[in-house]
Amino acid sequence: MSAGVGVDLENLWIRFGDFVAVRDANVNINGGDFFSFLGPSGCGKTTILRAVSGFLEPSEGNVLIGGNNMKGIGPNKRPTALIFQNLALFPLMKVWENITFSMEIKGASSAERRKRADELLEMIALPDQGDKLPSELSGGQRQRVAIARALCAEPDVLLLDEPLSALDLKLRQHMRTELREIQKRVGITFIYITHDQGEALTMSDNIAVMRAGVIDQIADGKTIYNDPATAFAASFVGENNVFRGKIKRVMGNEALIATNRSGDLVARISTANQGKMKEGDDAMMFIRPEALAIAPDGATGDHFVTARVNHEEFEGNAFNIFTEGDGGKEIKVSLPNLGQSFEDHTGQIITLEYETRNAVLVPAGELAAE
Amino acid sequence: MPGFLKEFLNRNGTGMGLAILGLVLFWTIGLIILPQLSMLDFSFRPNLPPPEIGGPKDVYTLENYRYLVFGPEGGSQDYNTVDLRVFFRTLVAAVCVTIFNLILCYPIAYYLGQTKGNHIRIFAIMLIIPYWINEILRAFALRIIFGETGVLNTMLVGMGVWDTPFDFIRNDIALYAGLGYAYILLMIFPMYNVIESLDKNQIEAARDLGAPWWRIHWRVVIPYAKPGISSGCTMVFMLSAGALAAPQILGGPSSLWFTQLIYQQFNDNNDWPQGAAYAIVLLVTCILFVLAVMRLFKVNMGDIGK
Repeated sequence: MSAGVGVDLENLWIRFGDFVAVRDANVNINGGDFFSFLGPSGCGKTTILRAVSGFLEPSEGNVLIGGNNMKGIGPNKRPTALIFQNLALFPLMKVWENITFSMEIKGASSAERRKRADELLEMIALPDQGDKLPSELSGGQRQRVAIARALCAEPDVLLLDEPLSALDLKLRQHMRTELREIQKRVGITFIYITHDQGEALTMSDNIAVMRAGVIDQIADGKTIYNDPATAFAASFVGENNVFRGKIKRVMGNEALIATNRSGDLVARISTANQGKMKEGDDAMMFIRPEALAIAPDGATGDHFVTARVNHEEFEGNAFNIFTEGDGGKEIKVSLPNLGQSFEDHTGQIITLEYETRNAVLVPAGELAAE
Repeated sequence: MPGFLKEFLNRNGTGMGLAILGLVLFWTIGLIILPQLSMLDFSFRPNLPPPEIGGPKDVYTLENYRYLVFGPEGGSQDYNTVDLRVFFRTLVAAVCVTIFNLILCYPIAYYLGQTKGNHIRIFAIMLIIPYWINEILRAFALRIIFGETGVLNTMLVGMGVWDTPFDFIRNDIALYAGLGYAYILLMIFPMYNVIESLDKNQIEAARDLGAPWWRIHWRVVIPYAKPGISSGCTMVFMLSAGALAAPQILGGPSSLWFTQLIYQQFNDNNDWPQGAAYAIVLLVTCILFVLAVMRLFKVNMGDIGK
């Protein structure tokens, strides 16, 4: 299997009038990678995809596919295939005609096209469905037909614009695994657009977290989850509790923060910001709900937080405690359900503890909207 | 009582339901079917002076239809070549007008349907407003443009494109332009309606898969727009073949339209049965022709209503 064709974005700016949709994006996507752009709606991720596919010329900067500058090359001439959010299957063409539309354009004979369609239908586990119309298939089946249609064009890069968003939860989770398997089998580069962090984390080799036209962080899923570079990345990917404050003292890669409401706490400076944060800086400390635990009463120190419990809930796999927090936001504590008994704390003041490596410090910044 | 009728009455109340039903029936039966049937009846009768109507000579006959094909009895020719030629020329010309209109209107409809923005509404209004002007005035305006000393000739001769004025009227160009223009909206709007609902992603998907622009139209847009295209073409063809004012005003002296023959029979010759027979032949031929073309292009009757 070939190493695949990489995609590079160099100093990419995309403007619509005065509105800057993409601001100076620099991304190197390795050939054969499953790469995701993750961000809330309106953050510019679809705009980047359209620039890669050729439907949109960047205002500044370059899109390189396999090292070749794509400037001035139309979408029908690029080695990319796009899977649309609504799939955009041709409703009046049969499934096999849909799949082999790209071959029809190249003038392939009907027999060749049928043969290729059968192969691809086999691959997407829909044998003998070629003569149906797209409307006669289920949502998941249509999804697979759209993938087959794009793969039939033998692109070097497959672009996917939130293709799973129309499916129900179970099917979506199933399709994640399937997409990842298909990508490994065909070995081409996948660029995936999503606002769903679960999709991005489970499928991707690397993820770019986007906010309002800016790429905040590019890293693999584990790094983004455990070691976010910005307040936005920390708050957008997964649930997180935020503690605002000022840095009181920097101690190597750790720092002591004077938090607004929980006293002085110690945290690990995130890798991307090490050496860049100094005393007096506004900072945000993030601790995941599952990284907090209930400490013995009366414990004090720089990794204990006391707070009054607002309410509690039982989620099945976890028991969640919500306490008063910083800036009107509650602190969520998620205790895994291992069969132990949970006492009701509502209204009580409890002490929470965490390990320093689980408290990540980043410069103060914009948080993701809830 | 059939189920749909019961449901209809239940939904609207018996009184209101019956009133609506009565009006619809009056409209279709009283104003469309009965007059047409009476025309059909006329067409099978001889043209008699009033006193002889209902008399022994008033019998059903195929004479009026025979006349269209063979001409007057004992005439010098085997066939009524003059009228037949006009008849077929009218049909061919109506087909040409329809095709010309289709080619002209498809890009407009596509542009209107696939472009977003307020200017589209302005374009649509600009298309509609000229139709506030009545047909006769529009036809005469075209005469002013296409006449021998008209705007177009003055311009072209002035620019030196040709030396002597070109007779647009004798060459039927004015007529085709007039007929084409008269039915532009009937062609554009059914197509626009359908194309507007075409998902833009379909076009982009085809493009992304490597299709050049003409292929996108051929494989994606036109198949999708087929109901609109057939609806527009049917209307333009029927109305062109049945047009009277435009041929009367814009047609050359040597090129009669079949409707003008019908008009002459009714009006100048005062021969209603003959006129009715000609009109029926035109109607039936047009319907059969449209049905045949619809079958050829695999269009359902239901699509026309879209």
